[in-house]
Amino acid sequence: MSAALHPDSWQYRELNKRAPSLATLADTLIELAEAGHPVVAGTADLQHSNGLVGFARRFPERFTQFGISEQNMVSAAAGMATTGVMPYVATFASFLALLCCEQIRMDVAYCAQPVRLIGHHTGISLGFYGTSHHATEDIAIMRSIADLTVVSTADGPQFAAALRASVNHPQPIYFRISRGHDPAVYGKDAPFEFGKAVVHGIGNDITIIACGMAVHSAKQAMEALNGKGHSVGLIDMHTIKPLDRAAVMAAARKSRIILTVEEHNILGGLGGAVAEVLAEEGGGARLVRHGIKDEYSLIAPPTHLYRHYKLDAAGVESVAQSLLA
Amino acid sequence: MASSGASRWPSNSGNDGISDEQAARLRERARFVRLETIRLISIAKVGHYSSVFSCAEIFSTLYYDTMRLRRGEPGWPDRDRFLMGKGHAAVGQFPILADLDFFDRSWLDDYTRLGSPLGDHPDMRKVPGVDFSSGSIGHALSNGVGMALGGRFHGKDFNVFVLLGDGEMQEGQVWEAAISAATHRLGKLVAIVDRNGYQLDGKVDDVAAVEPLDEKWRAFGWEVHEVDGHDVVALANLLRKVKADTGREKPCCIIARTVKGKGIDYMETEPGWHLGYLAPEDEARARDMILEGAQ
Repeated sequence: MSAALHPDSWQYRELNKRAPSLATLADTLIELAEAGHPVVAGTADLQHSNGLVGFARRFPERFTQFGISEQNMVSAAAGMATTGVMPYVATFASFLALLCCEQIRMDVAYCAQPVRLIGHHTGISLGFYGTSHHATEDIAIMRSIADLTVVSTADGPQFAAALRASVNHPQPIYFRISRGHDPAVYGKDAPFEFGKAVVHGIGNDITIIACGMAVHSAKQAMEALNGKGHSVGLIDMHTIKPLDRAAVMAAARKSRIILTVEEHNILGGLGGAVAEVLAEEGGGARLVRHGIKDEYSLIAPPTHLYRHYKLDAAGVESVAQSLLA
Repeated sequence: MASSGASRWPSNSGNDGISDEQAARLRERARFVRLETIRLISIAKVGHYSSVFSCAEIFSTLYYDTMRLRRGEPGWPDRDRFLMGKGHAAVGQFPILADLDFFDRSWLDDYTRLGSPLGDHPDMRKVPGVDFSSGSIGHALSNGVGMALGGRFHGKDFNVFVLLGDGEMQEGQVWEAAISAATHRLGKLVAIVDRNGYQLDGKVDDVAAVEPLDEKWRAFGWEVHEVDGHDVVALANLLRKVKADTGREKPCCIIARTVKGKGIDYMETEPGWHLGYLAPEDEARARDMILEGAQ
């Protein structure tokens, strides 16, 4: 990796091929398979994008290339799971959560099969590939499917920890991970427990509740604002379903404002989930939802989009600052 | 129904053909399926009679001749699997599952009543012996691909039989699964197409043409056979041969030429019977016709 290269550039990606989050997928699955877990994996013509090529080389008998047939992949993964394996299948989140929504509901969740669905390159992280490749609806769709756990990890170490935890998780899981170039929030031994948020702090003024790539931005924003004398906290809500309601209410009881930040439509996603808790439980905090405001994203390199939609550190800070005025 | 150029194995041609006694038993079990279907739908007051009647001999042959099963052990890991793309024919499958002691026969008496595990479509979480839930047409062959891959991974030799409707051939996912099965050389996967020619809105080939089916499946890399889907001798012998061919790497598709509503004359001539209800007097006539068919 070179600091001189722009993170949107081809050269950057070439130098940083083992993008932390995505390299994590193959590396962790290899680790789990070597430890004796019945892990198998599959993808739909994206083994280089999601790094599963590394797993395929190490364990060819455990890997299935489905080609560009995402629905077939999801249904087949559910069929495989009935024989006693734990399938991890990965493709772009837009295709997994939107194109395969019904297969996920019928064959994975309704049939209670321990399939681990990994939607990568979420939100607007595919930048100028456009709306067909963006996934700003996936959280809303996935969290409305009964018996499906929904997780949006902040970085590679947290994703690795979540994958390790997944081998003992009874429900099927939808993992939402970004494009893999996300800066790390956590160290190598990131803690992870399904349904238990990571509370970085509860602020008197604002508590930011974020998930996925937005956690890093929000953490930087929190530190900057606290450096200016404000009282800002942060909750990393990596599990969106089941939601850590206690963490939300801890913030609601102390903070004047709760600001949700997500790389997703503000309708139905993390902001929607938090709004439901606040409406049902009461609490005095005002809720502000920040994210994609029910629109199709513009086309641009990812970092330009994050800046435009105020999802980078400066953007989150400016949104929070405007609420403090 | 058009049939062109498919490879055919003459019915009952081999020396290992089923016995007359076994053939009689399979016919009797097919009648049992039809009669029980009428009884259960009389509880629900609406159901897919004709969709079951086209595949009653397929059910009977698979469950009582072809498949490796253990009575009373629906979860036996080495069992052959059976999946239904046309899940709406489950009302014909449930009586067999009860007959095999997979669940108590009394469950049938409450078919579709509040809280019953038995509905119009099969639910694997509720009904022992259902190897995979269905209801949304087009998924089952993919589920079967996964089971065959899982069987290979575990070093098991079970077969996976997937019954597909001919209208189901219109679903794109079927062909995704067909490509996948051929690519991964899933010789343990057998698709059976119930080619009864009708779907809810009319004749399959008027609604959305699927022929030539044999050429399609062959072009997708499958071994293809055609058979009279009501001839239990032909069906059983073909399925025995397919199953005995353990060296086959190609997945196998059997196009079963069938008649929708087979056994009930007014259903055979009236495609509107896809979903219906028999009034009590019609029900008695239907029972008589099924029993007359046994003469």
